[in-house]
Amino acid sequence: MLLSTGLLLLALFLQGSNEVPQTAAGSETLATTGDYNYTKYHPMHEITSWMEMVVKENPDVVSVEVYGKTYEKRNITALKIGLKSSGEKKVIWMDCGIHAREWIAPAFCQWFVKEILTNYKNDERLRTILSNVDFYVTPVLNVDGYMYSWINSSTRLWRKSRSVPPSGCDCYGTDLNRNFNANWGMIGVSRNCCEQIYCGSKALSESEASAVTSLVESLKARMLCFFTIHSHGQLILVPYGYPEIVAPNYGELMQVAQEASKAIKSVHGMEYTVGAPPAVLYPNSGSSRDWARLIGIPFSFTFELRDKGQFGFLLPEDQIQPTCEEVYAGVRSIIDYVYDRKSPAQGGSVAVATAAVWTTLLASCVSAAALL
Amino acid sequence: MLHKGIKDTQNFMKCVLSQSSVTLLLYRHIWGREREVKTTMPVQELNPTHYSAQRAAAVAQHFLNTRHGSPYQWFHVEQVQSATMEEITGVGRKYHVVFSAKEGVSDQSVGLCTADVLFPQEGGDQTAPQVQCSCKGLPAVNTTAQEEALYQELQRSSTLVTGNNIPGIFGYIAPKMKPLWVLAAVASSFVMLKESNENTLYNMAQVANVTQLKSEDKQLKFQYHVLLHEMISQEIIHWQLLATWGPAEGVNVLHTEWQPKCDHCVLPPANTSKDPSHTD
Repeated sequence: MLLSTGLLLLALFLQGSNEVPQTAAGSETLATTGDYNYTKYHPMHEITSWMEMVVKENPDVVSVEVYGKTYEKRNITALKIGLKSSGEKKVIWMDCGIHAREWIAPAFCQWFVKEILTNYKNDERLRTILSNVDFYVTPVLNVDGYMYSWINSSTRLWRKSRSVPPSGCDCYGTDLNRNFNANWGMIGVSRNCCEQIYCGSKALSESEASAVTSLVESLKARMLCFFTIHSHGQLILVPYGYPEIVAPNYGELMQVAQEASKAIKSVHGMEYTVGAPPAVLYPNSGSSRDWARLIGIPFSFTFELRDKGQFGFLLPEDQIQPTCEEVYAGVRSIIDYVYDRKSPAQGGSVAVATAAVWTTLLASCVSAAALL
Repeated sequence: MLHKGIKDTQNFMKCVLSQSSVTLLLYRHIWGREREVKTTMPVQELNPTHYSAQRAAAVAQHFLNTRHGSPYQWFHVEQVQSATMEEITGVGRKYHVVFSAKEGVSDQSVGLCTADVLFPQEGGDQTAPQVQCSCKGLPAVNTTAQEEALYQELQRSSTLVTGNNIPGIFGYIAPKMKPLWVLAAVASSFVMLKESNENTLYNMAQVANVTQLKSEDKQLKFQYHVLLHEMISQEIIHWQLLATWGPAEGVNVLHTEWQPKCDHCVLPPANTSKDPSHTD
């Protein structure tokens, strides 16, 4: 009795001393991801350490996928999450932080990874999905921009990449979400390199956009869904941002997004408006979401997270958890849908088994009837 | 004889029919034309979740803040219920919006608001939208006590208040700074209202600096450097504001000045946002 109390006290003491205070400038030694504070914003080096730790603690489930370099030559890293399987795996894509100042987005990607890894052992459904799907999650896509936004208050609201200006202009950066090969440069863009929606000197001028393009192209045949996470506005955007075209499965995309919006609302009552950008926001071209749909990935969504303008990009840390909880519910509802809809090969094993049971039952009834 | 009777009846019927048709045709032509005249300026029903209704509601929100805002009261659109738009030739476009709104400090609903927002036609000397707006639940919560307390505290203080970067980079606002942040948003609403058009959606992103100035009268005086976020262009636009406030007088903005992003920047034409690609 005394021994167990003593051990308990010791454990509590040790746990307390493991809590490392987070500082913006300071470097934190991450002992385990159990110590990681998902309800605070983290600078890039902490996110990198966290990614390393996630892989270290889940070696059979998570691997690192460095799929490109930023303008400033930094790694663009995705976590590939999935359970080992003999069969072909489908893919679901999620990227966060394509725009530097949208800090809640990388916070969500980290939360998402944590949720998946914490729950799959006890969640059969999630385990099934992970056995058949690989998630590629990029916590911070625009690494250069994100790091720049951490320098001080005057850089906090940076949006674009950090590439050098083209000749004839003298401001840094291109809007990565206007740089994709999807009706590039047509509408909702600027040709002035000093502006926030500058689409670049040409499509895929930015190494970040190019990296996404290469990797997603290589995975597109198996990709069920493409998520790109932004803030703010509380919106679920469906293709296309370019107003002259309509996705062939627009109706279904809207339906799926509406269900996600309902799921979000059920968590904390927040409204996320659903629609194509030209209807609910503004027309634009060159977005990654548009490009993903155009190359044939059937489901492609932009999530704009909290809030609706009160705090905007400077969303207080006490809203990280509720935001992540509601968006996780929304994203999960879409994952469930696309998984059920599009895995005849994998789902087949379950269906075949069920059919076999019924056949047997019926057969026994028939034979029983025959006997009677 | 019967033959003739039938034939007569037939003729009679034919005559009646043809007369009626002509009458009907004439009637439709006249009546139709009258209706046509009435519907030359159709009132369009707008989808309340779509951007044009949302932007008009945001303008009404700015208006509400200029009229009813204080360090302890500011207003946000919660949900647009319905909206219509009417094109008025030679004048502009008038939006009629019905929306629910909330007061931001108390988080209390102010009920349904009805607004008329008129965006003037381009090329005229009027650039700012004209707004009429009322909400069922306004005036909202009674904030007199808090306002008096703040006023007295600042009046009595020997030092002038200053602050920077509100909210901070992590979204944090010190409790003491919160009323000055709300006041900044209210003062910014004067600019946001004036600068709004059908292609803008404004919010205050951050207070870069607040400096209390010595005041010659009963009103407290503040110089603000605010950062406004314009959603469609995604630009962060800097403005300098000189605002006064007192519990009795409310908020007044004495002076506003657009701040260039950089030293060599050129001042844009009035109603900056009309041309997002202004020269830098």
